[in-house]
Amino acid sequence: MAGDVSLATRLCTINTMASMSKSRREFLTKSAQGVALASTGGLVWSYLLQQQAQAMPDAIRPPGAHDEKDFYAKCIKCGQCVRDCPFDTLKLAPAGVAVPIGTPYFTARDVPCYMCEDIPCVKACPTGALDPALENIEESRMGLAVIDIENCLSWLGLRCEICHRECPVQNRAITIEHHPRKISKHAMFVPLVHSDACTGCGVCEKACPTQKAAIRVVQPELVQGKVGDHYRLGWKTDSPITQDFKTMDRPESSDIEPTGLDYLNQGEL
Amino acid sequence: MVMDSDNVKLGPNGKPVRPFVMPTTLPGKLRVWRFIIYRRIVQVSTLLLFFGTAHWGWTIANEPVLMGNLSSSTLLGTIPLADPFAVLQILLTQHILTKEVLIGAVIVLLGYGLLGGRVWCSWVCPINMVTDFSAWLRRFLPITDLFHINRNIRYIIFALSLVVSAIMGVAAFEWISPISMFHREIIFGVGMGWMAILGIFLFDLFVLRHGWCGHLCPLGAFYSLVGKVAMIRVRFDTATCTHCGECARVCPEPQVLNLRKASAAGMIASSECTNCGRCITVCPEDTLNFDLRTRITLPEKDITKKHLESHQRRAA
Repeated sequence: MAGDVSLATRLCTINTMASMSKSRREFLTKSAQGVALASTGGLVWSYLLQQQAQAMPDAIRPPGAHDEKDFYAKCIKCGQCVRDCPFDTLKLAPAGVAVPIGTPYFTARDVPCYMCEDIPCVKACPTGALDPALENIEESRMGLAVIDIENCLSWLGLRCEICHRECPVQNRAITIEHHPRKISKHAMFVPLVHSDACTGCGVCEKACPTQKAAIRVVQPELVQGKVGDHYRLGWKTDSPITQDFKTMDRPESSDIEPTGLDYLNQGEL
Repeated sequence: MVMDSDNVKLGPNGKPVRPFVMPTTLPGKLRVWRFIIYRRIVQVSTLLLFFGTAHWGWTIANEPVLMGNLSSSTLLGTIPLADPFAVLQILLTQHILTKEVLIGAVIVLLGYGLLGGRVWCSWVCPINMVTDFSAWLRRFLPITDLFHINRNIRYIIFALSLVVSAIMGVAAFEWISPISMFHREIIFGVGMGWMAILGIFLFDLFVLRHGWCGHLCPLGAFYSLVGKVAMIRVRFDTATCTHCGECARVCPEPQVLNLRKASAAGMIASSECTNCGRCITVCPEDTLNFDLRTRITLPEKDITKKHLESHQRRAA
């Protein structure tokens, strides 16, 4: 309190100060409670969203849904893609299904994507959650077909190859290779999937004659590995990671060792 | 309340206070129920337009009538429509949207902004039928509220939905919205969404009267903010009002019927009013009526105008 304030003023000030500090205290308490309530609510809310977003990372999405995170954010759950799908492939996830609520997905074993050339689902999307830049359906990557070779009829030794014949990206997404067999003069004809051409449409999964499909479409992240830059396939001189082998003359001035040439047991052991 | 010699209550305008009496004839009853009937017709036909287009292939001039749902749709194959609150949440996740959905959101925003923000709530939103049903049942059941919460909490939930959207990178309310869930499941097939609807129904019925629509719903809060300058308002005629309180008894947002404020503004100015029209039909004095904001002239304002004019005359 300043010394030059008269007694009367000072008393008055103290009085108002007392009531002020009380109301201020109440105000601060109320504010803190409000903020605490809001943040608790926000945290619970965020947790729910996080849980939903992780609910089913293997849901197969319509064409043009590139990145799952982008797709989640942009999809307004209007179902116009579902309505414009001529094959009734797409479904809008209702509550209670293990797919984030209201987002479009399909189950290939029920109805696969028949890869319409005009891609009506992408055209119907009002938000761009299904990328409007996708013009060639063969460039879509809804998923990737994987084969369970323990249950694939062809891999068991029968002649099947239905998936190969049904595949709309013919002879590129699924090829047939023949393997010699030890005890029979008949070769095995086995299907192989190529990720550079497979769109994940799921026609193969639908067509697979086994009780449970031996070829299935899944999100590539769930099954696809990555070689990494530290391996060089020396015999593949046309691969991007072996480009520097093509020109044998190394620049004289460079004293940087090319990566991958160091020997594991070099130096002190 | 003033009493006159015959022990009759008199309103502030000196006229006797009359209670609302439900007419006994069917036409009279229908007149009282008219806005409820109109609202149900609008709500059901909106649902029907979506459903018919989706399931029965309704078209006009070879264009689907109303394709999509309340989150985003296309009217007659050309006009985009989108839920502006959902679009706002998506924009906050910092994702670029197509022009189409942005235009749709602006159309809907302007539409409700002009009509009366919360016209959405009582005339279009499908949840309104559920919560109105709870409120109606409450009239016959001796249920008192379990607790009371501040009606402004919806604005906090609204703000929170924007913050959570920005942080989590997904449209926070859209992902849990029982409104979208209900509407989606009516059009695209039933899932577990009915549980959320049942939850709201029970909450409104047993826990808190008008609990969801009147206290919590952030979409209602959004349209309440949007409707600040809305054209359609309930006009209030101070001269005829006897303060009988019938309007406040039926109003789902009774705080908007502050008669002092209404008298000062000449209308129910608060944008929390959903323009449901219940008050209009129960008012025994015909004090309340729908009108356009621009047509509502205030006696006080007229006086100020006259004063101003006379001042100007004198100055000249």
